[in-house]
Amino acid sequence: MRGATRLTWTDRLTWTGKATATAALLALTATACGGGGSGGGGGGGGGGEVVRAFWTDPQHPVEPANTNEVQGGKVLDMIFRGLKKYNPDTGRPENAVARSISTDDQQNFTVKLKKGWKFSDGSPVTAKSFVDAWNYGALTTNKQVNSYFFEYIEGYDDVHPQKGDPKAKTMSGLKVKDDLTFTVRLNQKFSLWPETLGYSAYAPLPKKFFSDHDGWLSKPVGNGPYKVDSYTKGQSMKLSKNKHYAGEDKPKNDGVELKVYTDQNTGYTDLQAGNLDVVDELPANQLENAKKDLNGRYINQPAGITQTISFPMYDKRWRTEKAKLVRRGLSMAIDREKVTEKIYHGTREPATDLTSPVLGKQGGYRPGLCGDACTYDPKQAKQLIKKGGGLPGGRIKLTSNVDTGSHRQWMEAVCNSINHVLGKDDACLVDPLPTFAKFRNNISDKKMKGMFRTGWQMDYPLIQDFLQPLYYTDASSNDSGFSSSQVDKLMDRANSAPDEKQAVSLFQQAEKKVLDEFPVIPLWYQNGNAGYSDRVSGVKLNPFSVPVFTDIKVK
Amino acid sequence: MGRYVVRRLLQMIPVFIGTTLLIFVMVYAIGDPVNALFGDRAPDPATAAQLRHQFHLDKPIWQQYVLYMGNIFTGDFGNAFNGRPVTDLMSTAFPITVRLAVIALVFEIIIGIALGVATGLRRGRPVDTSVLMLTLLVISVPTFVTGTLFQYLFGVKWGWIRPAVTPAAPVGELLLPGLVLALVSLAYVTRLTRTSIAENARADYVRTAVAKGLSRGRVTGRHLLRNSLIPVVTFLGTDVGTLMAGALVTERIFNIQGVGFQLWQGIVRQNSPTVVGFVTILVIVFLLANLLVDLLYAVLDPRIRYA
Repeated sequence: MRGATRLTWTDRLTWTGKATATAALLALTATACGGGGSGGGGGGGGGGEVVRAFWTDPQHPVEPANTNEVQGGKVLDMIFRGLKKYNPDTGRPENAVARSISTDDQQNFTVKLKKGWKFSDGSPVTAKSFVDAWNYGALTTNKQVNSYFFEYIEGYDDVHPQKGDPKAKTMSGLKVKDDLTFTVRLNQKFSLWPETLGYSAYAPLPKKFFSDHDGWLSKPVGNGPYKVDSYTKGQSMKLSKNKHYAGEDKPKNDGVELKVYTDQNTGYTDLQAGNLDVVDELPANQLENAKKDLNGRYINQPAGITQTISFPMYDKRWRTEKAKLVRRGLSMAIDREKVTEKIYHGTREPATDLTSPVLGKQGGYRPGLCGDACTYDPKQAKQLIKKGGGLPGGRIKLTSNVDTGSHRQWMEAVCNSINHVLGKDDACLVDPLPTFAKFRNNISDKKMKGMFRTGWQMDYPLIQDFLQPLYYTDASSNDSGFSSSQVDKLMDRANSAPDEKQAVSLFQQAEKKVLDEFPVIPLWYQNGNAGYSDRVSGVKLNPFSVPVFTDIKVK
Repeated sequence: MGRYVVRRLLQMIPVFIGTTLLIFVMVYAIGDPVNALFGDRAPDPATAAQLRHQFHLDKPIWQQYVLYMGNIFTGDFGNAFNGRPVTDLMSTAFPITVRLAVIALVFEIIIGIALGVATGLRRGRPVDTSVLMLTLLVISVPTFVTGTLFQYLFGVKWGWIRPAVTPAAPVGELLLPGLVLALVSLAYVTRLTRTSIAENARADYVRTAVAKGLSRGRVTGRHLLRNSLIPVVTFLGTDVGTLMAGALVTERIFNIQGVGFQLWQGIVRQNSPTVVGFVTILVIVFLLANLLVDLLYAVLDPRIRYA
């Protein structure tokens, strides 16, 4: 009996075996045909004058106040225009939806809007669109990661208390006057505040956002140069011209297709194969060859990101006058030129001040402000450190998380540079931490003993943003614990200065004072990189390293 | 047979609970996922607290686990941090990866076993030596090298295929990635089959079969191969699990948005619901594949019987 059963089994097995073989043969023949076919049609994936661009899945739902990374930022930049817009070439803020933003006392502002702006669904952009959007972004129960952008508006503490439930739903500082006018009262004087309003967190939102939030998220509606035609999460987003767009920078192409890639390398390969037009995240290992590979269709321009090394100024040993000499000496022992060239292939530039080149001279960028202290000078460095009583404890550690970026590489290079100058193999040691969270916890618990990595990515291209959050006493990102009443006073004065020029100059004075104390070592300015195909022209990046899609022309 | 299957299925329950608990604890112990949402800056405490509350991260781990398991049994795997339901991610990722894994398996079975039989019967001859050398080469070159090399050659240099697979991932586009994925296992299958065949070729039952006057093809196909397949089937069974989860490298290279990619992204972004959800399904797949392998033994070898 059992034998009989077994026989059937075997018969079936051989039969399936044959069937699989035939199927495989068919499949193989199909490959040969399919392969040839897709090769021929490979170039024509776009259709029309549509720009095909690299994308990865945004980390958060695409909402203006909930997007803090480039991938979501790309979409926001296309489908929204705020009160101001940053000129992609100069980084200067220019009026977009705003007709005027005026103030007499640097604390109470009156915002007037231009007429005729509409969302892509045809509804008008009014003062209420802005006020509602900002209130939504600030309210803590809406869990928006960019809430802190509204922290200067009066009443922010009520809608966004540090702990517990909000006491109010709206900020008392925002008042709608009429359809095209609203007033803003800040909780402190802040002369440069209107200049912050080009950031996408301040974008207006249409009624649909509040009445049908899920529907809006699946197909966002904004007032920018493009509108979303279709959005398949995790795959692609197709955008076309928004015919209601009232701004001046109308798109020079028919639309944009954002394609999600699993990996930067794949995007880069697809660019080389002609299936993609713009890649704004070039893989680090390709930077060296990108210029050659792409026949010069490669962009390397400043982004609003700086890298610094901070000292724990809350530690007694680092607070002394002598320690200041050691800090300067360490800075002069770092060969920034060589490190940026060897590790970053010119995609970082040695820093000579605390701001960033994206600001432009007018905005407060002042190259060389750091002076000798940021110049590699082995002899002087050694002398200064000696004069300062040597390294505390004879050696120093340099700490960072090493799970992202190429932090370990540059830290080792920096330490080698210092060791080389001091003629000692173990004067500077790299102390790697496994995760960013752990690193962050150690910083906020003030557990640092030696040097640690600090970096800053600007919120908006303003000198204020490179100084106040970092060096004002107890400011939100003042990781070194630096505190100087002189610096604080200068910043207060800058914020209440009647015009921009004066404000910038006062901030620069504050910057100089910070550099005199030297709680941080400026390392380098980070650049944004992108590559593009020969099918498109006019590709450039804005100050936030997002491609300016409206200016891209398809040949 | 039926009782055996039921017993095995029941045994899966504790294994399932144990593995998910372990994964859950490990994923949630790694670090604070909310921190990662704020990029390279200190998180705003109020917003962070709200987010922690939303994802139950402010509760003790055991409570989180109970809540999570409770939801799973109602078919709710939670949401990824970008608001997409994990089940939604699964429904797009699993079909693609299953397709890719099946293609790879077919390559392994057909090419691997064919080469194994050919070399096993011709031990020491030039064919055998050259195939052995070749498999050694394939095993020693990492997948990401063969993957990027094939992608560059076929996709960019010669332009025969699109280097990046489209989101729908039709079978035609998955053939090359499938081959790349299969290569290393294919080499192992070849070597396993070869050894097994070579060993069994001298067995008594083969001599008997030959003595009975059976044709050469019948002896090899029916008697020799079938009995030699047991180690190969064991390998292929465990390989199903590896192909599903371990396609990570291949999937990233060829832009395939399958399970491996989703897992990788979940880990990088510390997106715990995605990681735990996907691994849970993978655990089930692995357990079922192993059961299937054990059942196949009985089919292949009459000496093995389950009661």
